[in-house]
Amino acid sequence: MVNFTLNGLEVSVEKGTTLLEAADFYGIEIPTLCHDKGLSPYGACRLCLVEIGTPGRSRLVSSCTYQAREGLNVRTHSERVIKARKLLIEMYVALCPSSKVIQCLASKYHVTKVRFSPKHEDCILCGLCVRMCDEQMQAKAISFVNRGGRRLVSTPFAKKSEDCRLCGACIYICPACQTRCQGPQEENILCNACLNLEPPCLEKFEDVMCYMDPCVACELNTDKKPNK
Amino acid sequence: MGLRTNPKACYRSYMKVDLTKIDQIINQIIDKYKDDEDVPYISILQDINDEYRYLPEEALYRVSQKMEVSMSHLYSLATFYKCFSLVPKGEHEIQVCMGTACHVRGASRILEKVTRDLQVKPGKTSENGKFSLETVNCVGACAQGPLVVFDGKYVGKLTLNKIEKMLGGNHEKDNKTS
Amino acid sequence: MKKITKPAELEELRKIIIDRRDPDKPSVAVCCGTGCLASGALEVVSSFEKILKEKNIDADLDTRITGCHGFCEQGPLMVIKPGNIFYCKVNQHDVEEIVEKTIMRGEIIERLLYVNPVTGEKIVREDEIPFYKKQYRLIFAYNGKLVPTEIDDYIELGGYSALRKVLEGISPAQVVAEVKASGLRGRGGGGFPTGIKWESCYNATDSPKYLICNADEGDPGCFQDGYLLEGNPHSVIEGMVIGAYAVGSKQGYIYVRNEYPLAIKNFGIAVEQARAYGLLGENIMGSGLSFDIRINKGGGAFVCGESSALIASIEGNVGEPRDKHTHATERGLWNKPTVLNNVKTWANIPIILNNGAEWFSRIGTETSKGTMIFSLTGKVNNTGLVEVPMGISLRDLVIDIGGGVPQGKKIKAVQTGGPSGGCIPEHLLDLPVDYEKLTEAGSMMGSGGMIVLDESSCMVDVAKYFLAFTQDESCGSCFSCREGITRMLEITDHITRGQSSLAELDLLQELAEVVKDASMCGLGQTCGNPVLSTIRYFEDEYRAHILEKKCPAGVCRELISFRIDQELCNGCRACLKKCPEEAIQGEKKESHNILQDLCTKCGICLETCKYDAVIKE
Ligand SMILES: Cc1cc2nc3c(=O)[nH]c(=O)nc-3n(C[C@H](O)[C@H](O)[C@H](O)COP(=O)(O)O)c2cc1C
Ligand code: SF4
Ligand code: SF4
Ligand code: SF4
Ligand code: SF4
Ligand code: SF4
Ligand code: FES
Ligand code: FES
Ligand code: FES
Repeated sequence: MVNFTLNGLEVSVEKGTTLLEAADFYGIEIPTLCHDKGLSPYGACRLCLVEIGTPGRSRLVSSCTYQAREGLNVRTHSERVIKARKLLIEMYVALCPSSKVIQCLASKYHVTKVRFSPKHEDCILCGLCVRMCDEQMQAKAISFVNRGGRRLVSTPFAKKSEDCRLCGACIYICPACQTRCQGPQEENILCNACLNLEPPCLEKFEDVMCYMDPCVACELNTDKKPNK
Repeated sequence: MGLRTNPKACYRSYMKVDLTKIDQIINQIIDKYKDDEDVPYISILQDINDEYRYLPEEALYRVSQKMEVSMSHLYSLATFYKCFSLVPKGEHEIQVCMGTACHVRGASRILEKVTRDLQVKPGKTSENGKFSLETVNCVGACAQGPLVVFDGKYVGKLTLNKIEKMLGGNHEKDNKTS
Repeated sequence: MKKITKPAELEELRKIIIDRRDPDKPSVAVCCGTGCLASGALEVVSSFEKILKEKNIDADLDTRITGCHGFCEQGPLMVIKPGNIFYCKVNQHDVEEIVEKTIMRGEIIERLLYVNPVTGEKIVREDEIPFYKKQYRLIFAYNGKLVPTEIDDYIELGGYSALRKVLEGISPAQVVAEVKASGLRGRGGGGFPTGIKWESCYNATDSPKYLICNADEGDPGCFQDGYLLEGNPHSVIEGMVIGAYAVGSKQGYIYVRNEYPLAIKNFGIAVEQARAYGLLGENIMGSGLSFDIRINKGGGAFVCGESSALIASIEGNVGEPRDKHTHATERGLWNKPTVLNNVKTWANIPIILNNGAEWFSRIGTETSKGTMIFSLTGKVNNTGLVEVPMGISLRDLVIDIGGGVPQGKKIKAVQTGGPSGGCIPEHLLDLPVDYEKLTEAGSMMGSGGMIVLDESSCMVDVAKYFLAFTQDESCGSCFSCREGITRMLEITDHITRGQSSLAELDLLQELAEVVKDASMCGLGQTCGNPVLSTIRYFEDEYRAHILEKKCPAGVCRELISFRIDQELCNGCRACLKKCPEEAIQGEKKESHNILQDLCTKCGICLETCKYDAVIKE
């Protein structure tokens, strides 16, 4: 067993458990876009970032790929994490405003403005479909093509693949394919129809106070948290 | 691995192409690496690329068949690494260095000039198949920047007017031959 | 060639080589490094060979094809013995005169000597040139002195004696301890202590163990690693063999950038020759140590310089970095313990073992030991490779060694660390070359690129350039890096077009910080540095673009214009003929005009006009 601190809580998990799995086990929600329990972790979407190490000498890592280590200090909702996460979600919305999954994340994490021009892509390159096709379907029909800013998912030579089993698993798992729900307003780049409450405690402290979902905006235990 | 697809069943369309020459070359190349414990796909593709000056689709397919590796993996490699080309190269290859040292000495204007004079975009081959234009990030001769590599020969300390001379000469040659 | 079967035989071999050679025999060492090749060194060599044959004196003179001498700006260059006469900017038509005058009669040809630009004095010997004076050449000591394709040259100059010393009775643990005590830090960018890396691999229980030499040198504008491989490949091989002995490895790899054909060729020859002498391969020097090196050509991807991506690439995959939660020294190549070091790091090893850790650690500063090699390029008079002790100030480097900025322009900043680094402004040039000091200033040591920027370089353009580079070169797997860079590039592009706002500048800064924080590998974690450092030191330039819609350096196209000075123009029509857009109008012998609507600001007219009548604003 590995013992470490998770949001100030002493926890212990089996060796080899990732931080994401550990947080899940202890009921702390971490958003993800490229993770699926049946597939190998890939670390592409960067939403599952958590802060590790003592304040001052800490860094952000993706919890889906990072395995728990003895004595680690992990914070899943620190100010630094939330700041990065919100900006990433903002970029996701601009990239793919038609995705319900992404719009829901935006509401949940209180992303109420998008400062980037919308692109209306239909893929966020999370790689779930590629792993699904390879690891579960064993077809290897699709893969990442090109690199950097020109990267995309495709069959070889963008031709109809004869390796493909037409199983549809890639479509099933894709987070970008689920179209957003029709909110009460006319469609704009941000839906925000079910906007959540941003934890107000972040204004005062560099960590959130509770991990209630949705946040109930309490201000209990204020003396236990690191002040700004 | 359980459910490996039979590569023969896929990509049937390729079989219409004559593959004997490709096969010979691939066999040679595969032979060269057969003692290695690991499978250096990248080295194999590099050798094929050196041979044809690009990676023919058929060759990729053959490698996938012979080495029991998925087409999608090879295609990923072929599009990830800059040393591979999936389209045939022109008669002359021009690489314009866009490395930092060349950039601060005006490489982008050089590129623009070459693009315009040869009527070919970076990464593409001109319509008459004469010139392929590429950009590279530093060829290690920064002291001579800005520079281009013309068919493997470095032409350095370029100015817009000098590039005209360099290409001008080749245009003439070009006209004579065509 | 006879294999060496015990360490002591190396000295016998060295003696034979020295005896066989006549130290007084005239020779001419022509630099054929990539830089000089680009300026025509090969033509010089072939006309040498031709003329010597014609005159039938080719037996009396050694024509030696060496690697880079460092002073590439002055290439092609050569050193003639006796007299150590240094000629620069030689071309093939000078050769006949050189043979007749200098070689046959010992006369010096003044025209080909290097002229000190400050004093106007002509300098005969290489070591008297100011460019070399403040340098401290350890790793590059023999570059330019030896013929890289001749192992005998390296052995003659004392090569492989560090390996001999190690095999004659220093235990692997002692070697590791020595490297650790020397304070050597990785020269590939991160500056990780080499000894600690080795120790961790030495302690790893899994086997086999692998060594990797990282020669991917992707930083654009950086060439020292390539030149070291092409100019003195055996120093790297010797370092790797010692490393193999120390950590217990049998197989090494070198991952060389594909754009360096000469380095790949020379290193390949060196490996063959080392094997033939029994300095590589089975049972090295009869000591029972077996180690060999395989050459992997890189695929042309900057990100493959990153250690985990490089390993993925050797394994035959796309060069995507992996989250490094276990060190490569425990699970690296094929999941086995692996030591990965930069070319220069390996080349330091023989020097440390020859001279001792204590000697080595006296060079440099508190935390940065030894020397560092920089590729000094950009707007600087003496472009080339310079090797300096750590701790020297940037000013000494750029002004004293580099000879300052050409055409009397003012220096604005020095860029180090390539796409991962930042710009250090002129007022901080007294900073010493030191890992920590450069990082504090918002840049980094990097692997040795040093680009000098003058007043005609636009800092927004520089940041934009690096973003365009990293956008193209990142692997693209993590969202923060891929999309973050794309968005930063978009914003800098707006700025250079004068279509931005201060709010967007804030967003740019926020993005740069988040991308650094959130990305998986070193590329994403550092790609914000060019942006952050230029905003930190040159915010006024950003503001000028945004608020005044002006590019103070006159670089950003959308913000400049060309016009013709009516007084100065004499109507020679030269520019009119050259303008690709037919944007210039005017009658012969009357002053011309530029039609702003048609002008694409290509700058050809500016370069063409001999009367300085075209003005850029
Ligand atoms: C994007 C990126 C590119 C890199 N490129 C190089 C390179 O070209 N050469 C190199 O030696 N190290 C490079 N590195 C650093 C390597 O990851 C690694 O730290 C280094 O090779 C280790 O050797 P050292 O300890 O001798 O420095 C790069 C790192 C990153 C993140
Ligand atoms: S439908 Fe085809 S591409 Fe999609 S997962 Fe199934 S086999 Fe793979
Ligand atoms: S298609 Fe869907 S599942 Fe596949 S990478 Fe894109 S967003 Fe992810
Ligand atoms: S930071 Fe960039 S280069 Fe590194 S793994 Fe992520 S996408 Fe690839
Ligand atoms: S800058 Fe170029 S396009 Fe404009 S007038 Fe001069 S030559 Fe013509
Ligand atoms: S080249 Fe100069 S002098 Fe001649 S017409 Fe043009 S602007 Fe006038
Ligand atoms: S879930 Fe961890 S990076 Fe996507
Ligand atoms: S930057 Fe062009 S050769 Fe190095
Ligand atoms: S290449 Fe000749 S001096 Fe550098």
